[in-house]
Amino acid sequence: MSIKLTVNGATRELEVDPDMPLLWAIRDHLQLTGTKFGCGMALCGACTVHIDGQATRSCVTPVAAAQGRQITTIEGLSTAAGHAVQEAWIGLDVPQCGYCQSGQIMSASALLATNPKPSDADIDSAMAGNICRCSTYVRIRGAIHQAAETLATGARAPQG
Amino acid sequence: MYLRYIEQAAASAGAAAPSELTRRQFLKLTTLAGSGLTLGIVLPACGSRPGAGGGATAAAGPLAMPFVRVAPDNTVTVLCKHLEAGQGVWTGLPAIVAEELDASWEQMRVESAPAQVPLYGNLAFGGKIQATGGSTATANSWQQLREAGATARAMLVAAAAQQWGVPAGEIAVSEGVVSHGGAGKKATFGELAGSAAQQAVPTRVTLKDPAAFKIIGKERLPRLDSRAKSTGKQQFAIDVMLPGMMTAVVKRPPRFGGKVSSFDATKAKAVPGVVDVVQIPRGVAVVGRDMWSAKKGREALGVTWDESGAEKRGTAELMKEYRAMGRGKEAATVVESGDVEAALARATKRVEGEFEFPYLAHAPMEPLTAVARLSPDKCEIWAGCQFQTIDQANAAAAAGVKPEQVIINTLAAGGTFGRRANAESDYIAEAASIARATGGKYPVRLIWTREDDVTGGRYRPLNYHRISAAVGKDGKVAFRQRVVGQSIIGDTPFAATMMKNGVDPTAVGGSAPEQYDLADAHVSWTRATVGVPVLWWRSVENTHMAFSKEVIIDELAQSAGRDPVEFRLSLLGKHPRHTAALRLVAEKAGWDQPFPKEKGRGRGVAVHESFGSVVAQVAEVTVSGNKIRVDRVVCAVDCGIAVTPDVVRAQMQSGIGYGLSAALLGKITLTDGHVDQSNFHQYQVLRINDMPRQVEVHIVPSSNPPSGVGEPGTPPIAPAVANAVRAATGIRLRTLPFDLGAARSARA
Repeated sequence: MSIKLTVNGATRELEVDPDMPLLWAIRDHLQLTGTKFGCGMALCGACTVHIDGQATRSCVTPVAAAQGRQITTIEGLSTAAGHAVQEAWIGLDVPQCGYCQSGQIMSASALLATNPKPSDADIDSAMAGNICRCSTYVRIRGAIHQAAETLATGARAPQG
Repeated sequence: MYLRYIEQAAASAGAAAPSELTRRQFLKLTTLAGSGLTLGIVLPACGSRPGAGGGATAAAGPLAMPFVRVAPDNTVTVLCKHLEAGQGVWTGLPAIVAEELDASWEQMRVESAPAQVPLYGNLAFGGKIQATGGSTATANSWQQLREAGATARAMLVAAAAQQWGVPAGEIAVSEGVVSHGGAGKKATFGELAGSAAQQAVPTRVTLKDPAAFKIIGKERLPRLDSRAKSTGKQQFAIDVMLPGMMTAVVKRPPRFGGKVSSFDATKAKAVPGVVDVVQIPRGVAVVGRDMWSAKKGREALGVTWDESGAEKRGTAELMKEYRAMGRGKEAATVVESGDVEAALARATKRVEGEFEFPYLAHAPMEPLTAVARLSPDKCEIWAGCQFQTIDQANAAAAAGVKPEQVIINTLAAGGTFGRRANAESDYIAEAASIARATGGKYPVRLIWTREDDVTGGRYRPLNYHRISAAVGKDGKVAFRQRVVGQSIIGDTPFAATMMKNGVDPTAVGGSAPEQYDLADAHVSWTRATVGVPVLWWRSVENTHMAFSKEVIIDELAQSAGRDPVEFRLSLLGKHPRHTAALRLVAEKAGWDQPFPKEKGRGRGVAVHESFGSVVAQVAEVTVSGNKIRVDRVVCAVDCGIAVTPDVVRAQMQSGIGYGLSAALLGKITLTDGHVDQSNFHQYQVLRINDMPRQVEVHIVPSSNPPSGVGEPGTPPIAPAVANAVRAATGIRLRTLPFDLGAARSARA
């Protein structure tokens, strides 16, 4: 069946099952491999993308449900919050193995888009769906705070 | 600990011991390396002999040495023989090279080295296998990479000396620039690379005085992989795309030891996108044009299993057997001193404990994946490969080619924690098997789903400990311990060199008598035979041994009315590194200051040596109801020279978090031989809300060569938390993951 997906601003037509999870359409058919497979049950957050700006687990979102909506993956993250988050991630050397970090960054940038000054409790709540087996959590918290500061002051975060 | 056995075995086999490679041996290794595999970097100078010297015009090529390549574009690429799985070798190993090379950090790059021994062998394992594990990467690379950096530097200097007609001794190198003040000459590494490649490889190199280190030991050295990993650009095995590639998933037996009896592929083949269904040694593979069709195909596949040889016991039955075995006569002595029976007999107060540790899955975030492309004369593998040499052999056997025909492309791994390193190369062999069974018609990407991973075995073994201990009025400690569990290496080729006197050092080690000055002690191990495959899980035997050790030592302190830190220090006279780490953590945690007496709050301490490093931790907890919250962890680590302090800190944070998953949350159980857990809803792991708000890491200053940091942060955290909980509530935790409700009922 023909499914039209708009990903990172570009619309493509794919011949896939309407019930194929968006994750596998993105990865296997659009060759956008930045979004990761971690559990297939929306338990780990590695597959997080933005749909119309909202953090969404693409592994349980059928492509049919994503038609006609704006899908953003890590490769197309271009919001101010997204940039601030990525620069903070790099500046604080957050990633270790890095596999979960696309999902972490997508969740974090969605958080900052709606809550520009999150507390530790806000961060825990918004990010609890993103597992990191390397436990980079302390630095994730620090990077979100740093990105929030960057966005608030409009200043560039210092590079480590 | 088991490292010592590997080294001894290697020494007796005549292999080079770590850090003893002479220049002559190094060259000999590199000249022997040409075995037809794509290497081309044995000796520099594209065909010219060493010492032939350069002509008037410098060649345009790179300076290509086994561990470092200096390119005309002025990038310096370190060839890393170790797997980067998050532990930071892609930053730490280049730092060693950059230091001796006098490069600028900005010009450094890193890539995985090809799979080749002995050139890229792990020297801590005797140099005969290329492997990452046991927290050995930095330790075994230290001398080797310092020499590699110094060698390249010498050749760049020689090139400059020749070009400028000045003595080499007058040439300075700094931040990637070679200069001669007197002659007013300057050149970058990139500009000199071509003529450096024409120079003779020096037979002797001078290494820097550590006091002059500028890169090694720098507090904040940016990781080389942070940008790629923060922008979705880092490639993992699951991201490899080859022309015509198909994706496969395997249906494996529901019980360990089961075999395929028959299968019906009709419905599976009817699923759109499925291209083939083939049997392989480990099960039945469904191959599809993408992951979704392969997965749907597998759901439609019918398999009948022969379970005559399968393990049908559950963990409850097994633990019952272990408790009985822990009281039985069959046991191999691990360590003994004095007369523990007599000492315990005369003790007025004993501290006793029976400890139970569950199976644990590694559950790295990147599910196991390997890509295999088979042609008549070679098999190419793409994977986050941890045991290249062994994986080459297993892939060759599975693919029907020779080991030297297996090309391993080592990618970054999305975590391993030990899972990707096993004697059977399970997921890599599967990919090769599927490629062979499908006639090599297309590259095969084999993916394990999370369910495959959680139910797929190779767990940290189930373990049972039984301890009796006492401290006399004279402060002398008696300690007797029985340990029951499976052997990790016992049924693998590693057994030949690693088993000693019937003891598997990866199943039992790091015991109290080995790490404290105990007058009377006896530790023994009873090997259990179970059909559940087991494997090393981040810090291996230390995951359970450190727990019971540090909990019992703590209770001994309590029974003697002594402070937990002071009591330990009194038993660490022969362990200066433990003493220093413990003192540092106590100081930084404010141990001598009174701890708030608020309800539910407590703090606990633990210290443990593993993989050559000593780590001490203090945990502060708040217990409310049956919930344990770890508020703060203070960590002191002695890892010798900290090559990259920020990576050391990150690894301690990581080890602590990984250990907390096991302390507080996850376990693998079996019922009638079936694994009860299938995904993260049932096998729970640490999430950000359970990570302590404060994790402070302090590095013990040291001038010793670097030791490991990948695993040593894990063993102390569970006992530190248990000791804190006991301080807060009086409850003794004897099983993991902690269940305060159950412990309270048991006590009542």
